[in-house]
Amino acid sequence: MKTKINVTVNGVSHQGEVEPRMLLVHYLRDALNLTGTHIGCETSLCGACTVLVDGLAVKSCTLFAVQLDGSKVTTIEGLAAEGKLHPVQEGFWEHHGLQCGYCTPGMIMTAAQILERNPDPSDEEIRHGLEGNLCRCTGYQHIVQAVQCAAKKMKSKTAVAR
Amino acid sequence: MAENYVGKRVKRTEDPRLIQGLAHYVDDIKLPDTLHAVFLRSIYAHARIKSVDTSAAAKVPGVVAVYTGKDVSAKIGPVPCAGALPDLKTPDHRVLATNKVYFVGHPIAVVVAENRYAAKDAADLIQVDYEELPVALDEEKATQPGSPVIHEQFGTNVAYKLTAGEGDIEAALKSADKVIKQRILNQRLAPIAMEPRGVLVRYYPGEQELTMWTSTQIPHLARTQIALMLGFPENKFRLIAPEVGGGFGSKLNVYAEEALLGWIAMQLNRPVKWIESRRENIQATIHGRGQTGYLEIGYKKDGTITGLRYNVFADLGSYFQLLTPAIPTLTGLMLSGCYKIPAIQINVTGVFTNKMATDAYRGAGRPEATYVVERALDLVAADMGKDPVEVRRKNFPAPSEFPFKTATGLFYDSGNYEGALKKALDISGYHKLRDEQAKARKEGRLIGIGVSTYVEICALGPSQAMPAGGWESATVRIEPTGKVTVLTGASPHGQGQETSFAQLAADQLGVHINDVTVIHGDTSIVQYGIGTFGSRATAVGGTAVWYAIEKLKEKANKIAHHLLEAGEGKVTFKDGKFSVEAPKVKAASVPEPVLPAAGMAPGASLPDPEPHGKHVSLQDVALAAHLAKSLPQDMEPGLSATYFFEPKNFTFPFGTHIAVVEIDRETGEIHFQRYVAVDDCGKVINPMLVDGQVQGGIVQALGQALFEEVVYDDQGQLVSGTLMDYAVPRASNIPWMELDRTETPTDVNPMGVKGVGEAGTIGATPAIVAAVVDALSPLGVRHLDMPIKPETVWRIIGKNKTGAA
Repeated sequence: MKTKINVTVNGVSHQGEVEPRMLLVHYLRDALNLTGTHIGCETSLCGACTVLVDGLAVKSCTLFAVQLDGSKVTTIEGLAAEGKLHPVQEGFWEHHGLQCGYCTPGMIMTAAQILERNPDPSDEEIRHGLEGNLCRCTGYQHIVQAVQCAAKKMKSKTAVAR
Repeated sequence: MAENYVGKRVKRTEDPRLIQGLAHYVDDIKLPDTLHAVFLRSIYAHARIKSVDTSAAAKVPGVVAVYTGKDVSAKIGPVPCAGALPDLKTPDHRVLATNKVYFVGHPIAVVVAENRYAAKDAADLIQVDYEELPVALDEEKATQPGSPVIHEQFGTNVAYKLTAGEGDIEAALKSADKVIKQRILNQRLAPIAMEPRGVLVRYYPGEQELTMWTSTQIPHLARTQIALMLGFPENKFRLIAPEVGGGFGSKLNVYAEEALLGWIAMQLNRPVKWIESRRENIQATIHGRGQTGYLEIGYKKDGTITGLRYNVFADLGSYFQLLTPAIPTLTGLMLSGCYKIPAIQINVTGVFTNKMATDAYRGAGRPEATYVVERALDLVAADMGKDPVEVRRKNFPAPSEFPFKTATGLFYDSGNYEGALKKALDISGYHKLRDEQAKARKEGRLIGIGVSTYVEICALGPSQAMPAGGWESATVRIEPTGKVTVLTGASPHGQGQETSFAQLAADQLGVHINDVTVIHGDTSIVQYGIGTFGSRATAVGGTAVWYAIEKLKEKANKIAHHLLEAGEGKVTFKDGKFSVEAPKVKAASVPEPVLPAAGMAPGASLPDPEPHGKHVSLQDVALAAHLAKSLPQDMEPGLSATYFFEPKNFTFPFGTHIAVVEIDRETGEIHFQRYVAVDDCGKVINPMLVDGQVQGGIVQALGQALFEEVVYDDQGQLVSGTLMDYAVPRASNIPWMELDRTETPTDVNPMGVKGVGEAGTIGATPAIVAAVVDALSPLGVRHLDMPIKPETVWRIIGKNKTGAA
């Protein structure tokens, strides 16, 4: 028994029929072929699958696709607007905030939300915000620096816009 | 050689795809008509399989096939082990269990279905009738009479015994003024690469070719071994390591699932994919460490070490993976640490237990050794009432004593241990820290300072010392348009060699880094290679690139000489140009890698290969080499060179790590105040990448010291089977790491690089443990076993309060 859903992903509207038990992450990866969102633990502990649902960072491995009917989802593929990297992506590149890259999409989505809520976070606040995302390669220090770098970039942009 | 890139903080060329979600890990590769495999695994640690009923599973809609051990055991060869030791008892390790299961997670059957959900549903319906057997879990108890025996044919759980080391250890310990003994535990760890394992296989029946995408650190070695397991011709078998999401040694292996998927793809003539779940990853991907040992260290009144003996029981697990029995031998090799110890002996007892196999986890036997030696030196210092730094200094070899021979049979290439120590002491303000600690102690605060001075063995290694070749290969090509292609036998999976090798090539060839592409991990594109492990990719693989480019430049120089009609004149190469006379040097800036611009118009035609006056560019030479209209007589067309680099020795990076912690008396929690690391990995190609390697390693070491442990209960059930129970460090658990370096080049390779991938897990663990022990030393603590949890600390403080201690 399949259920009809209507989800907007990265600004594109998708209509489809899914099994009620289909996980959001499988819907994104298998039905929409958006494979940038990764699966690292299936138990919402590692954060590799983090996406934004209606602006909120959530772990897509423990949500059903049917729960998303009528929602707007942003994945890592939708973060760079018109081919220009998001400041968080730039920060990760400039500060070597990634090594194997597997946790990176989830890290970046979470970091983007941290900065949206708190444009001027302390290192401790960044670390606290990243609690739900595991990285085994970097030791997190470069990630913290990447997020601080992104915060600076976003602030200077806001200043210019004013 | 231009110096635009090497030694500089160049942003990684691999990052644009990774930060945009555009990379392709195994599970991101989609082939039409792919089937999905799900394994049924043992729920018992030790049991006889009386029957396996797959009939209900086979009826689930979408299920295409179900295979058990009986179906495949005779058709697929055993999972290989490359560790060759005298009198080693090697169990026959088949891809699926047939009569007995030996650990929780042991694969029993595989379901293949149209999608993962159907395969999972069906796996749940397989009925296994088990007869539970008593378990052998503890590596010491399993050797004692009366213990259940895991592999009946051997009549014992002892897989091997090995004694190594030089010098008369009995005499050395007798000659000591004092001998200290300590039981040392190196707990089992799970590597937890963030990308679990995964395999996708496609068989092409027309061509009779097999292509396998698998998340591995050793594509070529894996292809050879899996070809042997399947009886399939290696030259028709293409193995690709696509984007690999971390390995840490766990993917330096050949796994049952890989060969079985290959066999299934051929049986069913359809692509088949298996993606490991995290639960499976903790159950059935190799573990690391797992040693219980007994240390004896003898020393003279002045602090001089006379000898060290280590009797160790190595928990091997129930079966061997690729290097399982060999890992403890690396522990034996590194037991001298960075000290002059005239006599050393290691006695290893390798023991089968009803658990997953242990194998190489970041450091692979060397963190165990460093931990033993560093704890030993701390115990000596505590016993003497001396500063641990002074005991270390007393036993360092001087820089003039290199190459330094150890009583474990190694020749350390180069080192300045005092240099790194002094720098770390200066940065941390060590003496001031000790003063502050003394004051704080008077106030009742528990502050500890831990120092570790380590040496590691890297750049594995000379082929004589390796089971399957210790060299590495590279091919460098200049394409007709002048673009540079580097093919490396190394198989980076996060370390960043796509960038560091491009830095190297760009400088050696005088081209922009964006004009260099580094290709790795595909056995049909890249010449045979050994892979990425043992901190070898740059020191061995990078050196192969270096030599290949030098070889290529020799040929290019001859072509340039011909094009320039230089006659008796000498042609030199600088900044991408061959000249009869030396060109003027341009001021070099650091061009950074950029995102390729979309819609850039391709060049309409090839450039003009004719020489312009007194110089020709590398591009001119490359085009001339490919057009082959004007080449020196008898010269082969084309412009590429291949080099297989065989190192003459290992390299021995070293350093000093200092941790400062304060313990919360109420909760037992351990808070970092400082973390200082001074590492010496020889010459550095990209300091940003080196920092990243060191930081990541320190945090894994911190995990071992304070959080991580694979726990099996007394029935052999895996208690730490999810990331809820297996405590990988999180961002908020980590101190700010203050990093610096000294630079002592090696003469093992022309670049002077040593390797840095494992420095953190080797150097940091003992520093952190030492800091906690030091903090608790006013309460009489001299040693604690890892992971040191707040509960342990809290109980010690509590006992002390009540006076029960």
